[in-house]
Amino acid sequence: MKLNIIVLAKQVPDTRNVGPDAMTPEGTVNRSALPAIFNPEDLNALEQALRLKDQFPGTTVNVLTMGPGRAAEVIREAMYRGADGGWLLTDRAFAGADTLATSYALATAIKHVCPNVDLVIGGRQAIDGDTAQVGPQVAEKLGLNQITYTEEVLSLKDGRITVVRHIDGGVETVESPIPCVLTVNGSAAPCRPRNVKRLMKFKRALAPLELAQGTTYEELPYADQYAKKQYLKIQQLTTADINADLQQCGLAGSPTKVKAVQNIVFKAKESKTLTAADADINGLIQELMNEKIIG
Amino acid sequence: MNYYSDIKEIQFELENSPLMQRIVELKERNFADKDQYDEAPQDFADAMDSYDKVLEVVGDIIGNIVAPNAEAVDAEGPHCEGGRVRYAEKTYENLDAMRKAGLNGVTMPRRYGGLNLPVTVYTAANEIVSAGDAGFENIWSLQDCIETLYCFGNEEQRQKYIPRVCKGETMSMDLTEPDAGSDLQSVMLKATYDEENQCWRLNGSKRFITNGDSDIHLVLARSETGTRDGRGLAMFIYDKRDGGVNVRRIENKLGIHGSPTCELVYKNAKCELCGDRKLGLIKYVMSLMNGARLGIAAQSVGLSQTAYNEALAYARDRKQFGKAIIEFPAVAEMISNIKAKLDAGRALLYQTARYVDIYKALEDIARERKLEPEERQELKKYSRLADAFTPLAKGMNSEYANQNCYDCIQVHGGSGFMLEYTCQRIYRDARITSIYEGTTQLQTVAAIRYVTNGMYSQVIEEMLQEPVAAEFEGYQARIKAMSEKFNACTAAVKDAQNDELHDLCARHLYEMAGDVIMSLLLLQNATKAPELFAKSLQVYVNLAEADVEKNNALVVRMTSESIENYRQA
Repeated sequence: MKLNIIVLAKQVPDTRNVGPDAMTPEGTVNRSALPAIFNPEDLNALEQALRLKDQFPGTTVNVLTMGPGRAAEVIREAMYRGADGGWLLTDRAFAGADTLATSYALATAIKHVCPNVDLVIGGRQAIDGDTAQVGPQVAEKLGLNQITYTEEVLSLKDGRITVVRHIDGGVETVESPIPCVLTVNGSAAPCRPRNVKRLMKFKRALAPLELAQGTTYEELPYADQYAKKQYLKIQQLTTADINADLQQCGLAGSPTKVKAVQNIVFKAKESKTLTAADADINGLIQELMNEKIIG
Repeated sequence: MNYYSDIKEIQFELENSPLMQRIVELKERNFADKDQYDEAPQDFADAMDSYDKVLEVVGDIIGNIVAPNAEAVDAEGPHCEGGRVRYAEKTYENLDAMRKAGLNGVTMPRRYGGLNLPVTVYTAANEIVSAGDAGFENIWSLQDCIETLYCFGNEEQRQKYIPRVCKGETMSMDLTEPDAGSDLQSVMLKATYDEENQCWRLNGSKRFITNGDSDIHLVLARSETGTRDGRGLAMFIYDKRDGGVNVRRIENKLGIHGSPTCELVYKNAKCELCGDRKLGLIKYVMSLMNGARLGIAAQSVGLSQTAYNEALAYARDRKQFGKAIIEFPAVAEMISNIKAKLDAGRALLYQTARYVDIYKALEDIARERKLEPEERQELKKYSRLADAFTPLAKGMNSEYANQNCYDCIQVHGGSGFMLEYTCQRIYRDARITSIYEGTTQLQTVAAIRYVTNGMYSQVIEEMLQEPVAAEFEGYQARIKAMSEKFNACTAAVKDAQNDELHDLCARHLYEMAGDVIMSLLLLQNATKAPELFAKSLQVYVNLAEADVEKNNALVVRMTSESIENYRQA
């Protein structure tokens, strides 16, 4: 069995290592102060895809990512770890997209580049928006089943996939026909490291948008390599390439409007000072027991 | 944390030697692989870029997987179950990450599935792995036993075993026995030829075998019955898939807990002869040991790097008497000394690795075609330099690693004595480095001939001619004075014509040679990159000068008449 798998991945600011300059005075994310990284749960998603590729030789794993030229780094990174290649979905018209416009763009691209897709796998959510909406919306737009909070793919046979998913207080095992969409939890297996042979092979892969303005592959150092090795040219898709309806893309297609952003400082509303006296301690214990916090 | 890209000194060592261009040219056979293998470099700059990227992956895996696992691996250690080794749980995670990253068969040619990286780059990887977990470094770096099989095995053996190692199978070198430690000539493991099955069989036992339950073993055994010395020993390949070797027990050690040290029992174990009979010890094991010694030098430098990182971080954080303890000169001096010895030892390590690279690549080319006369000259030159520098790099760096880890605990004060900080683990791990693969005393034995035949003096003389930055000319003069003391001591010991005195003074002459050579290497580094090395140069030359004075004083007082005082019955 050979599968066509698409992994949805996003380049995000590294919000896990937040320094004092992570936010602008206006309360928006200061992207220049945060390094751009592969969204962590998308790496968990990639690992699930690569495990299926190990299990079913001949399977292709391609990454679909939407973003500016530099987001092609996510595709290269995935290729170092085992993906075959990918598409950079990029167009000014995609800018300012909320989850609805993003899922429209991704679903439209999938229909265009891989109409016979078997599995679409993405991370549960991105660490910059934390919505967990894009995966499920893509599934809806493709008319496919979805399995969210995936922990592990147990098996895939006779056109059905069995998946362990994370639920409150435990896990459940579910089954679905393929094609379907999975979103993978951060507690799933971590992604395998970059393979150094693949790194040396793909290190020069570039998307057209990453070239300095006005330059072509023919003018790059090692130009002959780009001519010989098509895999060094990362494919780009614009709205026109996928016949996207511009009204459903980017800001125009985004009903979400941010009215205001507020900085919230957590403050203790009420506080009590207790002494080490027995009466105070007994009182606290009693209070905690009444609240069922202890006891 | 990335254990490579965060340490600018490693990158400097890789990039700033004029020998590197030649190394890459030889190793890549003028880039002959570039159209055949997608990952092969197109030219020198491309190769250097790939090395940098590969090491960045190593640094990432070590920083994010291996180093965080080190404490758990140290606490659990390996288990012996039913004659087999089961590693500590997290060791499997480490091995899996290294395999998936493709970091096996690092120096092997691409046609066998290797990465074809120079020894210098492999040495950097080794240092980085050791900085994360020195015990794990043992398991991982035993892959370089494959160099010996590649050099001396036949083509059938190469094709059988090298691809397996490139895919991540582990190796061991089964040399020592209960009565054959430093003295390998006494090896008694018996190899007999089984006429019926047309194969060799091993019977007996081995002791202190690192990673002794590996997939592929290189075994030193006595093939010539009735012999008692090194000429009766041959080297064999034992494939674990054939069975016949069991682990009797795992040693309980002071350090490197992650690395299983095994006692092995061979019961009629089928094996293959590697190379020629009778050359096992005198040729093949010597080659194996030289590679392993360079590996221990790298392991030691990695430990010193971690000693420095840990000491620095603690001293910045710990406050006493109202300020961070790093502000006290007595503490800062310890940390400065650690850094100076680290930088000096690292410079020696990479200089040695570069010499090894050139001679090994030329030796390999000689297997493909006849060398030109100037290439033969080059091979001879670098082969001798590698032989001279390897015991120096191993001995000096392992002693430094011990000193640095000792000082690292001292910086931590009482907390350092508790089993909760990294410093106690590296202190225990470092202790073996000056013992295995030949004690420092045996490194001295290997190196002393290069003292007395003038080889080190000649290298020193050449290095003293190299231009240095104007600001460091005073240091050059001081190092020159040190070298004169070294030469005078050497002459005095030679003139005495007393073998026992020669052996007694050897260690002191050896250290003086190391002091002078490392001072000169740091001088060159500081000239090229003062921002990285100026401080270390100045601190190191102070230390080295004092050490030369000390050793000079000892050698002057050690005379044929005073030997008696050093005899112990």
